[in-house]
Amino acid sequence: MATLDSLDRRLIDAYQRGLPVCERPFAAMAARLGSSEAEVLKRLTRLERLEVLSRVGPVFDHARAGASLLAAVAAPEAQRDAVAEVINRAPGVNHNYLREHDFNLWFVMTAPDEAVLDARLDALEAELGREILRLPMLEGFHIDLGFPIPWDELEAP
Amino acid sequence: MSVSTCPSERHTALDTTDRAIVVATQAGLPLVPDPWGAVGRTLGLTGEEVRSRLVRMQEAGIVRRVAAVPNHYRLGYLANGMTVWDVDDAHINRLGREVAMLPGVSHCYRRPRHLPAWPYNLFAMLHGHTREEVECQAEELRALLGESCRDHRILYSSRILKKTGLRLDGRPGAGRQPEPRR
Repeated sequence: MATLDSLDRRLIDAYQRGLPVCERPFAAMAARLGSSEAEVLKRLTRLERLEVLSRVGPVFDHARAGASLLAAVAAPEAQRDAVAEVINRAPGVNHNYLREHDFNLWFVMTAPDEAVLDARLDALEAELGREILRLPMLEGFHIDLGFPIPWDELEAP
Repeated sequence: MSVSTCPSERHTALDTTDRAIVVATQAGLPLVPDPWGAVGRTLGLTGEEVRSRLVRMQEAGIVRRVAAVPNHYRLGYLANGMTVWDVDDAHINRLGREVAMLPGVSHCYRRPRHLPAWPYNLFAMLHGHTREEVECQAEELRALLGESCRDHRILYSSRILKKTGLRLDGRPGAGRQPEPRR
């Protein structure tokens, strides 16, 4: 892991749960951290490049912004990679994880609305020739506390 | 804590301008002094319009937050276990709220069973530095659920086959699309 100094850490700790959506957000962050807008932008750019931050921007609740659904497919070991390829190519698929279970391919399918979502799943199911386990969210329990980041442990050799 | 309801019961209309803003920003804001103006220029909007629409989407719950989003994997959370639980329907909403408050739980959802292949109706995503830590968290969760839980599994992810920040459909090639990574 790259060296992150105190300003990098304070940036992440202070803003992983939200930054001000004001006219000059990075200047506002800089003022609070006792830094400059240019320095904050330089740090954020570097943290993104290092993939310490996956992005700086809005986190959308996609269940509200469109339709989405968690889905799973059981693919035999020998065909797993080929099945995963087909899933990854399908329109609307944005996550696909290999997991240790008979249902081993877990992906999120998205669409502008429910009708298109169902049509995409039906089409993918037909192409795969195997059943897709459809697991829409019925209820979501969110607290969004963020994670305490164990800076000291990360520095241990 | 907010408790969401079924997506179909809470349809919040986004107009085409809102959708264009979602598509233009979901992979990240441009890191420049006036990010709203920079996004606006690509969409033919003023920066103030971009900013005020994001504020409105945040108030409507469509935007959860605008943030510096950490990559937990890079920050030492190497083990992620999707835990799935077969929980008594009579108690699931109360228990789901309690589970969501346990340390290490990032997401907690109720989803439908598909019997007989899939008996699990509560999903909790656990994050730890090691599998041992995830297993300890799962034990805590098991204790909290008590007799309301019939069975559970931990599904570790062994590989990320695809991961993009892009969720809404946009123009082909719009936004940034990170390479899949472990």
